[in-house]
Amino acid sequence: MSNKVLMKGAEALAEGAIQAGCRYYFGYPITPQNETPEYMSRRLPEVGGRFVQAESEVASINMVYGAACAGVRVMTSSSSPGISLMQEGISYISGSDVPCVIMNAMRGGPGLGNIAPAQADYFQAVKGGGNGDYKRIVLAPSSIQEGVDLFIDAFELADKYRMVVMVIVDGLIGQMMEPVEFKTRVDVSTLKTPEWATVGRHGRDHANIITSLTLDAPGLEQWNLKLQAKYAQVELAESRIEEYQMDDADYAIIAYGTMARIAKTTVRIARAQGIKLGLLRPITVWPFPAKQIQAYIGKLKGTLTVELAYRQLFEDVQLTLCDKMPLGWYGRGGGIVPGPQEILTAFEEQFGKGR
Amino acid sequence: MAEQMKVIYERPKSWANKVTHYCPGCTHGVAHRLIAELVDEMDLLDKTIGVWPVGCSVLGYDYFDFDSVEAAHGRAPAMATGIKVTNPDNFVFTYQGDGDLASIGMAEIVHAAARGWPITAIFINNGNYGMTGGQMAPTTLLGQKTTTSPLGRTPQDNGFPIRVAEMLAQLDGPAYIARVSLDSPVNIRKAKSAMRKAFNAQIRGIGFSLVECLSTCPTNWRLTPVESMERVRKEVMPYFPLGEFKVVEGVL
Repeated sequence: MSNKVLMKGAEALAEGAIQAGCRYYFGYPITPQNETPEYMSRRLPEVGGRFVQAESEVASINMVYGAACAGVRVMTSSSSPGISLMQEGISYISGSDVPCVIMNAMRGGPGLGNIAPAQADYFQAVKGGGNGDYKRIVLAPSSIQEGVDLFIDAFELADKYRMVVMVIVDGLIGQMMEPVEFKTRVDVSTLKTPEWATVGRHGRDHANIITSLTLDAPGLEQWNLKLQAKYAQVELAESRIEEYQMDDADYAIIAYGTMARIAKTTVRIARAQGIKLGLLRPITVWPFPAKQIQAYIGKLKGTLTVELAYRQLFEDVQLTLCDKMPLGWYGRGGGIVPGPQEILTAFEEQFGKGR
Repeated sequence: MAEQMKVIYERPKSWANKVTHYCPGCTHGVAHRLIAELVDEMDLLDKTIGVWPVGCSVLGYDYFDFDSVEAAHGRAPAMATGIKVTNPDNFVFTYQGDGDLASIGMAEIVHAAARGWPITAIFINNGNYGMTGGQMAPTTLLGQKTTTSPLGRTPQDNGFPIRVAEMLAQLDGPAYIARVSLDSPVNIRKAKSAMRKAFNAQIRGIGFSLVECLSTCPTNWRLTPVESMERVRKEVMPYFPLGEFKVVEGVL
């Protein structure tokens, strides 16, 4: 018998985080993800956790920072303008080597923009946002079930590498309902307090200090080199991609999240018309699955990058494939979501009938 | 002879036995010392987490033997909230200057006070941004010259100094709010007594507590240490009166 339950995305993802052992959530209301904090406020007390509504996203992320220093599984969620406010805290958390998970339900921008689905925070998520040389692991589910499953990985990866892990979705995934199954349940009693955590000495023979400050330049350079070595290790070990209908593909769409989900239908329509089209769907957008995509050099006649943004994902595709094949691009912004046929039309405009 | 000698003054056990980087005549060292003495006397070393600010005391964590974290500018109360929530039995304090607490971090301190959760803020009011070279702070007095109010602070250009203790005492959340001064032995003893009450307000789970400490900044005030102490008494205290502004029942 299936254990599937029908749930709204923003709530299912929250439950996914709880199943992953998250017991602390700090957040501030912003559409389109309010069901996540609302759900957390109901659910966390039931499992011995705490929900705190902060006075701002600036406060949210710094509360997350504090809880992360105590070595617990902690998260916040927000949407684009709120995530912008968190960039300072994300930089500090990254510079302090403490783990946490952040979910961004991306919406149309810039500025206040709108609340419709978008992927225009790609650069902010994968390239930077806050000050300094740091990286986050960025996971991009394209269904509610995948999001729920990825939350387990998000917390595991955050703890393993002592890094910020960001889960990027959009209002579409947040607001739709799908059947989901919670397959893994982390027993929080098995989670040990890390030896670096600032939880009071309680007999420990030294004080633990967590800081992102290193005043002497050679010392800070060494610290940066350590971070870079960690990021290199993550790039080697953790990049993920879904390869859909790629065995005999002449062409591939490259897309992630909501856009990839729609592009799958494009692939099916194209295949029915005799076009050998496949889909390369990065599941981690950082680390970017460059190696997996480069494996198709010499096999593909071209790729079409499709995104809800203007040439952001495309820039990583360009860095990955350079001039090894024709690189097409199609994107919509401001919260407009193209349908499968629109993507196929864009493909045909750039690659003809694909034969 | 030795057995008759009684120790009347020593290095607090929670002090990390390091020389501080503070300027001569600065009262950060005094405030630090009081915290260390109270942590010892109240047996808090094992359960204390200090949350340090951005400002002159950014390296405060180097001087104590308890766990510490270094917050972003103004965010110490939010960070302390996250720490306290995960381990409510721990003793969590923030140490913040006037730029940190009363300017960039005003939202965080007001909401921490309004939530009323038992954390403690030690607030150092020296009327300017010390570390960055003496710029105007929210607590800079009218007429006071700083590097960004070179002709003296005016209400027209710069608005008015903020009395943080009085303002936060209007909220229902705080259990204990006081302003003390670190200018003289008698006031330092009173400061320690206020800090003890603030610490107790947290330990007894009563609520949020804050002690505002009138402090000196001889380097940026362009005064000697002695002149700085006199300035606190003559110019600062009239605008920032000492006293307890909120003491709820149960605070000892």
